[in-house]
Order: sequence, then C-alpha cells, then structure tokens
Amino acid sequence: MATQVIMPQLGESVVEGTVMQWFKHEGDQIDEYESLLEVNTDKVNSEIPSPAAGVVLRILVAEGETVKAGSIIAWIGKPGETVEGSSPVQVAKGPQPMISTAEVNQAKEAPASASSERDLGFISPVVAKIAREHNLDLHAVKGSGEGGRITKKDVLAYLDGNPGPAISSGKLEPAAWETPGEGDLFRPTELMFANNLPPAPPATKSVPTGNMGQTSGVTGRLVPLSPMRKRIADHMVFSRHTSPHVTTVMEVDLKKVVAHRETNKPLFARDGVSLTFTAYFMAAAAAALRAFPLVNSTWRDDGVWIHGSVNIGMATSLGEEGLIVPVIKQADGLSLLGLARTVNDLAARARDHRLQPDEVQGGTFTITNHGTGGSLFAMPIINQPQCAILGVGAIQKRVVVLKDDSIAVRPMVYLTLTFDHRILDGDSADKFLGKIVSVLQEWE
Amino acid sequence: MAEITLIEAVRQAMDEELARDENVFIVGEDVGRRGGVFRATLGLFDKYGGERVIDSPLAEASIVGVGIGAALYGMRPICEIQFADFIHPAFNQIINEAAKMCYRSNGDWTVPMVIRAPYGGGIGGGLYHSQSLEALFTHTPGLKVVIPSSPYDAKGLLKSAVRDPNPVLFFEPKKGYRLIKGKVPDGEYTVPIGPANVTRVGGDLTVFSYGMMHYYTLQAAEQVAKEGIDVEVVDLRTLYPVDRQTLLASVRKTGKALIVHEDNLTGGYGAEIAATIAEQAFSDLDAPVRRLAGPDVPAVPFSHPMQDWFMLNPAKIAEAIRQLARY
Repeated sequence: MATQVIMPQLGESVVEGTVMQWFKHEGDQIDEYESLLEVNTDKVNSEIPSPAAGVVLRILVAEGETVKAGSIIAWIGKPGETVEGSSPVQVAKGPQPMISTAEVNQAKEAPASASSERDLGFISPVVAKIAREHNLDLHAVKGSGEGGRITKKDVLAYLDGNPGPAISSGKLEPAAWETPGEGDLFRPTELMFANNLPPAPPATKSVPTGNMGQTSGVTGRLVPLSPMRKRIADHMVFSRHTSPHVTTVMEVDLKKVVAHRETNKPLFARDGVSLTFTAYFMAAAAAALRAFPLVNSTWRDDGVWIHGSVNIGMATSLGEEGLIVPVIKQADGLSLLGLARTVNDLAARARDHRLQPDEVQGGTFTITNHGTGGSLFAMPIINQPQCAILGVGAIQKRVVVLKDDSIAVRPMVYLTLTFDHRILDGDSADKFLGKIVSVLQEWE
Repeated sequence: MAEITLIEAVRQAMDEELARDENVFIVGEDVGRRGGVFRATLGLFDKYGGERVIDSPLAEASIVGVGIGAALYGMRPICEIQFADFIHPAFNQIINEAAKMCYRSNGDWTVPMVIRAPYGGGIGGGLYHSQSLEALFTHTPGLKVVIPSSPYDAKGLLKSAVRDPNPVLFFEPKKGYRLIKGKVPDGEYTVPIGPANVTRVGGDLTVFSYGMMHYYTLQAAEQVAKEGIDVEVVDLRTLYPVDRQTLLASVRKTGKALIVHEDNLTGGYGAEIAATIAEQAFSDLDAPVRRLAGPDVPAVPFSHPMQDWFMLNPAKIAEAIRQLARY
C-alpha cells in the first residue's frame, strides 16, 4: 500500500507551503528519511524527508506551486503500484469550518489552485455577527477596507445583492417571540410610539433539529448548543408534552395607561426610575392573580396547588444567547414604583449576567413581552410548573370603534394568555384575562 | 427667531432667569459693573442691582462657597469662574461639598447651583486661559457637567441648569462666544440636561464631540461629505450623566466611532465614551474606537505656531474621519 506525502505544517501559524524543488523524480528510489523535497514557507526553506522507503510513484504538486498544509503532494510505494485519485491535489480530510457552495464549485473548476482559500484578514465583531446571522461564508465577500479588509458595508452590500440561498439555507432560528428583536425587552417604551418598530422578522423555514443529514449539495453549519440553549430546548419540549396548551387573545385600549404614564414619568424619573409599560402589565397581572388564585397554581397528580404568594417572572431576551426569566417576588405587594424599579433592575442585571440564582426561581406566573420585537400576538409556551403565561404584543395606534359608535385612534395592544387546560377552562381563563384587560383599561 | 451669538444666548438665559425667579443671583469676578470680562453679564448689574449681580473678591473658593451656602438656603446662585483655568482653588468646595451634599444628607439638602466657566484654547490665551477641564469633574457623581455648542442649546441648557436641583458645571466654549451664531426662539424654552443631540445623520461612522469641537466637527463632516463619506455627528451636550442610549444607538448603526475633544488625550472624557462603546456595543463594531484629542502636554502653548499645533481644527478632524472611513 502506497504512502502519502503530505505538505507539513511548518509552524503553528503557517497554513501553506510552496514546493521549491523536488530532489527525486517519479520512478526514483528513496529511503525513509531521505530528503525528498524543499518547501518554502514565509521565506524560509526546509527540506522534507520521505516518510517511507520505496519508489516515488507520483508527484502531484509541481515546483513553484503553493498548497495548503495537509494537502497530499506525492505518493511513495512499491514499483508498479498504482495510487487512486487522479486529481492532482486533494485537500486533506479534517473539520473544515465552513464550505460554501461557491467554494465547492470553485474547487471543481480550478482544482489545482489552493489560493481560493484566501486569508480573510481581520474580521470585525459586527462583520462576524452579520455573517453568523446570515450563515454567510465571508470568502464570497470582496473586501474594500484597508488591506482588503471586509467591512460592514461590504457584507451588507453583498447580502443586498444576494438575497438567495446563502441567506436562507440551513438557518436555525427560534420562534419570533422567544427572541424579541435586537433591543432591550424592557426598554423605555416611548420608542414603541416613535413609529420605528422594526419590520416583523421574515418568515423562516423551521428546520428539524438533530437530524440534518450530511446530504450532498446541502450547505450549512452546525451551531453547538450552549448550556442555556440546551436548557431552553429541553424545557420547551417538556412543557409542550406536559400541559395541554390553549391560548386565548384579548385586546386592550391603553389610553388611560399611556396618559398615566406620561403624567408620572417625570415623577418616577425624579426617583431615578424609568417608568416602562412593563410595570403596568406586571401590576395588572398581579391584581388579576389575586382576584383569580386558581391561575396562580401548579398541577399535581393529587390536586391543584394554589401558591401562597404571587411571584411573576418576566422573560428577558439575551439576544441570540437565549432568554432568562427573572422573578419578581410578591409582585402583588409592590406599588407601581416598586414594580418599575424591580423590573428595571432585574432586566438590567439579567442582560449583564449578574442575577443571583434565587432570582430566577420560584415564579408562579410569567409575562413575556414579545411586542418589543414588533410581534402583535404570539402563543407563548408555559413556563413549567406554572399554570399560565401572558404574552404582551406591540402597542400600536389603531382605529377603533367606541361604544357610542364613534371612531377614535387609540393605543391598542393584544394580550395572549396561554394556559394549562388541565387546571383552567376557557371560561375561567377568559375571566382572568378579562380582569387584566379591565385593570389596564380603567387605569387610574 | 433672532440669530444671536453664543454669549448673547448665555446672557439672555441669565437675564430671563433673574427676572423669573428672585432667588436667582449671579456672583463672580467683574460680573457687576464691568459686565464680565467676556461681557456675559453686560447690563444685568444696572437692571437687577448690586445685590443680585455681585462682584466678588478674586477668591474662587469663596465664590463657590458663597454659592453653596446660599443654595442651601434656597437661593439659586449662578457662580461665574472667569476662566475655567481659575476653578482649581474652588475644587475642594465643588468636589467635597457641592457634589456630596445631597448624598450625605440623604436627600434632605440639595445645592441648586450653577457654576459657569469659559473653557478652551485657540484664543491666544496661553497656559492660564485655555484649559479644558471637563474630565476633572465628570469623574464626580453628584455633579452635572454640561457643555453647549450652539446658542440655542446654551440658552436652553443654562435655564435648565439654573432650575436643576443639583450643582451643574456649565462650561462655555469661549472661542465660540462670538464665532458661533444661531437662531434662538423669541419665547421661553428650555433644553433638558441629559439627552445628547444627533446633529447630523449619517451612515458611515459616528463622531462624538461637544462644545467647540462639535462646531468644528460639523464643518469637517460637510467637508468629507463632498468626498462621499457620510458622517453621523452626535453632540453629547451633557457629559455627566451621559446619554448612553443615544450614543450606543448611533454606534450600533454605523459600526465606527470617533471621539473628538480638545482636552488632552490620556484620561480625557473620550476614554469614558470609548469604554462604554467597547463594553456595550462590541459586537456591532466594525473598527477600533478612535479618539482625536489634544496632545499630552501640560498646557496650550502661547506661541501661535505651537498653539496651532496643539489645537484641533476642522482639517485635522476631517483627516481623522477619512482614516476611520478607510479602515
């Protein structure tokens, strides 16, 4: 069996080498460790010894050519032995970070040229981020920055001109409500009235996890699971298997809340607290949970456990990393000021990864503010072992018909309640959600 | 809408506040009969009398000390430090007393005082009339630090400063006193302390600056716009507390940030902005955050060629913008 001669990696950062001279020709006899060729890397020449004794069966790389470290450059074997593989250069097997269709095509068209693997140079954080988000191979992008650096503009221009397969193929993206937009989940929501809501994320094909086969022709890459992503995945699947989920939707006229907030924002600001809408939803949910304790509960095989205190979790996005649900303990005992302060504090520390372990435990109900990403309504998944979860959509000015048949422009929001049908029926769930609606609508 | 100079805006703000609230008074060197060395208080002594426009001794610690005491009694002092360079004798009063009063009395006592101080070089003032000292004070919680760059902001921010319950250091770009002109509404208005102002919208990179350098930055931005570089300019206006939301939003959009200030580079205010961006917008950066600042020499030289070497100008800013755009 013939022995491969491989272009060695002559140093940690050396990725390629140039064949300067072959000391032996095809058909020549050679001993093990006898000098076979001279290789140049970074202006340094090195003699490469033969890995085996025998005859030089075939030389695959001509003098002057540059190939990547790991490429097969020659075969040594017994006289008359044949070697498989007619292609002059085969890239050695091994994990390749990303191989795009373009690259594969190039390799087919110009197999001898290894220079298509050009050095990308410095990749800035934002370029790396965009490439990751769009599953984009940066080798396809031409750089216009200093020294050919790929700039943010280059990537955006490339994506603009290439809305095709590079973007959509193999993209793994959680449902919209789980990663509510780029921004802060609990940011001061005057931004929401600035009419600058980002457009709803484009519909993406969901890809079944775990069994994306290595089918030929499919490009993509595997994103390793972070511990947080794994926990989210396990919990979501567990929850859907555990409770029969039902979702009910109502809408709320936030006119009074908006007015109250406008009036009180400066007062709160004087206390150093940014008054967000989240505080109002939190307060309304707390009031409704007090009025309907059955919602503040957990299903057990021996009965329904009604919790003694109202601890409301708030889903807080950490961007692509995932999401975390800090809990506002005894939320029903807090004033609007106290709620606003606690919400802001927990959200800020959640994003900074500074939450204490007990601050994400003990929740009895959860609110997810998916509207910050522009989502109108969503069907959230219950945070086990709770009974229900409230989804808050984007606040939008809409034309509504009032009781007296007049038409008005009002700040409207959809609230969705996903509940455990083992505990609640549609009627009781609607009464609970209706209570939240009336608290918000009649805010004083 | 009248077009007025920056110093006229400062004078109008003080005039209107003196008329609005009898607790407001001015104290400083030569602010009375002479009307201030820059004429910021011209006419106010005649209009409001020597009890409300007070000529002080040449003792800055006492100017600020008097201000603190009066403020604790419910007055609204506007202390003028003739040149920011002269503020150092009052440093103890500002840092140890004014800044800490509210905190150490658990909110029972506040010091609603404004300290106005003309800052900056480029006016042939030499070592003792050219300093930029904002970084000394933006390190001290309990103070607010404001630097306007236009007549509109100067008037609106100074009025807000007078009404603010906290001590506010109000640095005025003295080179721009008569150079910078702009429209100011005829009626009453204020500009809130806190928010930064996006004064030019662009997509290629963001320049953060304030005061005189903001004025120059806008000129530089126009210059490079002709070369196809689309610059966003943010006037920070309030340095402490700084408007992180606006500055991060801008740099997240453009991916490149240049901070321009006249003060020395090392330990200058730009370092704080750069650190904030690096900490909170790292994944949106397309280039290293860059600073363009005064050189690390002890003072602005008096000699004109050397002063020109020290001072930034639109051409130097434009060159820094080009370099960052190229990156």
